[in-house]
Amino acid sequence: MSLLFLIPLLPLLGFAINGLAYPKLPKQIAGIIGTIPPLVAFALSLQLFLNFDGQAQILPIADWIKVGSLEIPFAFQIDQLSILMLLVITGVGTLIHVYSIGYMSHDAGFGKFFAFLNLFVFFMLILVLGANFTVLFIGWEGVGLCSYLLIGFWNQKNSYGDAARKAFIMNRIGDLGFLVGIFLLIQDFGTTDYQTIFTAIKSGDYTTDLSIIAFCLFIGAMGKSAQIPLFTWLPDAMAGPTPVSALIHAATMVTAGIYMVIRANALFELSPEVLHFVGWIGLATALLGAAIGLFQNDIKKVLAYSTVSQLGYMFMGLGASAYTASFFHVMTHAFFKALLFLGAGSVIHAMSDEQDIRRMGGLKSKMPITFITFMLGTIAIAGIPPFAGFFSKDEILASLYHHDPIMWGLAIVGSALTSFYMFRVFILTFYGEFRGTEKQAHHLHESPITMTLPLIILAVFSVGGGLINLPHFAGGNEFLANWLAPLLPEAGEAGEVNFLSLEGGAPLLAAFLPAFLAIYVFGMQKSVPSEDAEISGIQKVIYHKFYIDELYDMLFVKPIAFLSNFFFQVIDFLVIDLFVEGLGRFVKYASSEFRRAQTGNVGIYLFCMVAAIVVILFVSLKSTILP
Amino acid sequence: MYLLFILLFPLLIGSALLIFKPKNAFAISLAASIIELAATAFVLQEASLSPVSFSAPWVAEAGLSFSLYVDGISGVLIGLCALLVPFIVATTANTDRANNSQFQGLMLAMQTALMGAFLAKDAFLFYFFFEASLLPIYFLAAIYGGENKNAITFKFFVYTLFGSLFFLIALVYVYLLTPGEFHSADIEVLYQTAKGLSADQQGYLFAAFFLAFAIKMPVFPFHTWQPDTYTVAPAQGTMLLSGIMLKMGTYGVIRLVLPMFPLGVATWGLTASILSVIGVIYGSIIAIQQKDAKRLLAYSSFAHVGLMSAGILSGSIEGIQGALYQMLSHGINIIGLFFVIEIIERRTKSREIAQLGGITQFSYPLTVTFVILSLGSVALPLTNGFIGEFLLLKSVFDQNLTLGIIAGITIILGAVYTLRLIQKSMFGNVSRVTADFADLTFAEKAVLIPLSALVILGGIFPSTVLGFSEPAVQQLIQWFK
Repeated sequence: MSLLFLIPLLPLLGFAINGLAYPKLPKQIAGIIGTIPPLVAFALSLQLFLNFDGQAQILPIADWIKVGSLEIPFAFQIDQLSILMLLVITGVGTLIHVYSIGYMSHDAGFGKFFAFLNLFVFFMLILVLGANFTVLFIGWEGVGLCSYLLIGFWNQKNSYGDAARKAFIMNRIGDLGFLVGIFLLIQDFGTTDYQTIFTAIKSGDYTTDLSIIAFCLFIGAMGKSAQIPLFTWLPDAMAGPTPVSALIHAATMVTAGIYMVIRANALFELSPEVLHFVGWIGLATALLGAAIGLFQNDIKKVLAYSTVSQLGYMFMGLGASAYTASFFHVMTHAFFKALLFLGAGSVIHAMSDEQDIRRMGGLKSKMPITFITFMLGTIAIAGIPPFAGFFSKDEILASLYHHDPIMWGLAIVGSALTSFYMFRVFILTFYGEFRGTEKQAHHLHESPITMTLPLIILAVFSVGGGLINLPHFAGGNEFLANWLAPLLPEAGEAGEVNFLSLEGGAPLLAAFLPAFLAIYVFGMQKSVPSEDAEISGIQKVIYHKFYIDELYDMLFVKPIAFLSNFFFQVIDFLVIDLFVEGLGRFVKYASSEFRRAQTGNVGIYLFCMVAAIVVILFVSLKSTILP
Repeated sequence: MYLLFILLFPLLIGSALLIFKPKNAFAISLAASIIELAATAFVLQEASLSPVSFSAPWVAEAGLSFSLYVDGISGVLIGLCALLVPFIVATTANTDRANNSQFQGLMLAMQTALMGAFLAKDAFLFYFFFEASLLPIYFLAAIYGGENKNAITFKFFVYTLFGSLFFLIALVYVYLLTPGEFHSADIEVLYQTAKGLSADQQGYLFAAFFLAFAIKMPVFPFHTWQPDTYTVAPAQGTMLLSGIMLKMGTYGVIRLVLPMFPLGVATWGLTASILSVIGVIYGSIIAIQQKDAKRLLAYSSFAHVGLMSAGILSGSIEGIQGALYQMLSHGINIIGLFFVIEIIERRTKSREIAQLGGITQFSYPLTVTFVILSLGSVALPLTNGFIGEFLLLKSVFDQNLTLGIIAGITIILGAVYTLRLIQKSMFGNVSRVTADFADLTFAEKAVLIPLSALVILGGIFPSTVLGFSEPAVQQLIQWFK
């Protein structure tokens, strides 16, 4: 336990060394210094996991904010939830660091990249370790900063910088909601400590409407986990280097919103209308993301929309109070989505930075490891048994079936879309004829071991990850559900699933049929998506993401820019300042008028003086003589 | 006696620089400001145990005394002033300004005026320094300023003087009500006296006092002197104005307005808060489209101080503590940011955002420090700005939910204009004027690196300052309740 503080401290140290020594430190050393902290942190987390006795522990680190009766300490909470998050962050994190050694080897900003990655891991660990909402908020905003720094990593390109700013600002919109939630918590409970608050909630010791608090906190989650209406930053975030997309924008940071809701499940359970809202937002996002994913031709964009969509599934699960199922999907998604992104990175690396699947094809034989692992990831995300994604998604679907059949039906549709667009990408990338340039064809190669090893490890987890919560019917013991049980409400999880019923059969059909369809269309018919100019109709609308960015631009960006100029040029200069200057001019005018009284005639001066003395005498005498 | 020393020492050296015009004025000025910092640190050490005071007769016939006082509240402000001046002086290193000794002398004279206002325990003494500070800053801006400096500095001078007039009249009014043959302007006597006034009287007095401080900060709509003055003044003048001088306004509200006129605050406080919050949003929105980087920071400062004002007016301990902490943080961040712009202007001869770009390719240290200072300014957790804004927003929120949420929008808008400034200047392609941008010199690093370190330290260890000021704030709140 005493080494616990090292878990976040090591990545911070790695950040400091690589950040300060950049760009003098040689790449090999920078890569090692960057990779050791998450690796050691993973070992420590594993030890923590193995020795955990089931008892949540609070570790006070230091005082932080202390004003009047308000006390917010730096404190960590070690419990079932934070330990699993530690394992995911440091485990997947380590693999992605290793991968980056190969992927970023030609980049001039190598050391800086590792510094930022380490800083991200630090903040992500703070996020999950915090024992109160304010420390969580440190990590929450900190990962947002790292996301900003890494999306805009290649900072010479203005569009990348714009994407980075967009991510930060959209997250900040959510963060304002979160902050208001924190203020409301302090108003009611006088603290932001999890334990104090949740104990009070469970014993009914509160006065305000909890659903307002839950709603505010969820606004924060919508920003961080890219849900409607705050999701448009995530696809743009693909401007960052691919390992960043894998670690931050798929496996860890974007799941922080789900983590937070699970953490605060006591609060959300007593706000059923908010949970309902969470579920529907998740569903809408899942469908929208999947629909847009159907027509994207940038391999990373497809995965990005897929992430948006999968996050929607997790929120749907939360909406049905299926916390274990959602968290299960957080974990399996971390494996297969990180795998898919890293696989995509491997492809992009081989294709000399080409990301358009219309220029790929036939890479199967050129990069066999990437091919096989990507295939396993695709099968996993499509929900085909017995891969990891099947079990976790199926649990969410099963709980929806009992919760709200309409949601369940729509979720099945989304599931079918997922299977289709993933097989579409997979087939177009690896099968058929190579459609790139001569030069690219010449350069094609399998990636180095630093990149393929993480792929292999993640593929193993994508295949077998379902084991952590394998249901009884499949011979498992529902480890995850039992592990998390002390933190969660009792009801909500679905029971056994019968695969011969509609409930069990529909998800299977939704996984298999679209996959076959995609294989038929893109594999056997060998059709290739049309060029941008040829796209028309509804397909064009979807390809352009329903013009949501343009809508936001029209609704928010342009009006604020207009207001800015209007306030500056009209209100400031013409209204307020004119009044101020006018006052000045009036004084000037008055003085020029009064100046006329000063004629220079001594006689008049003397007369005025005498008159004034008489008046003063009269007034003062009057007050003394006549009290 | 130590208080007398930290008050007069900068003026003494400053006058010597003005009179004798030595060649190495920079070194003398820097040494003096560091000695001042050391002496102030010593005083603060004492004051952390119990308040330190000094008193001598001044105009005994009128009950005025030359009394100085350091408690938790004034301690933060003199700490801020003593801390920032060495940095501000250091930003003039290696600049070959004509008549540098005069420039340095004026800066040090300014420090005495600022220290005086924060140290004064006699309200007229406060008024004296409040006004006296106008002289050195006026000359700094009017002599060394940029385009159109005369008209702009004149407006600044007259505008603030105008506000102080109401303050003076109201102060005299309360002073004449104090008991005793000679009356007294000791602030605690004033607190006691003003307490007896009716709500109506307190309302008028509140308005008169607040007007002076609102102009100084400035609060919407009394701000139109500020962007022009900040833009035209030499960088160091702008740093003195934004880093320290505007805090005389916020300090005045804490020290005089809250404890003297609780009923006035009860009646008019919300109105004043609303004006302050309008300024927060209004200033932030204007900053978004600014073309001149210095003017952008001027509006940003205007937005930040509005939140301090609203927090103070909430009258809560979080509001006042948050404001004190934010005064310190804002001082550190804003002088750092103005210096960054000054560095860019020195090399490129331009402050126009659209003309810049790609500077990070030439100066990694400048980018890193600029980003850290900006993060402090946008109140990212674990930076100094977060502590202040968190407490301030909470206090406004507790006072009025809607107002709190509106004020909270500043965390979004602040990110919008700050990140835009960073991207357009540091990132993107190298422009005509930024080609061959020289990396930071040692002297420039010596300013920016410690300031950046303070941004982070301030975000991690706020309790050193908050704990220092808490007892005095608790005491002050008693007058208010």
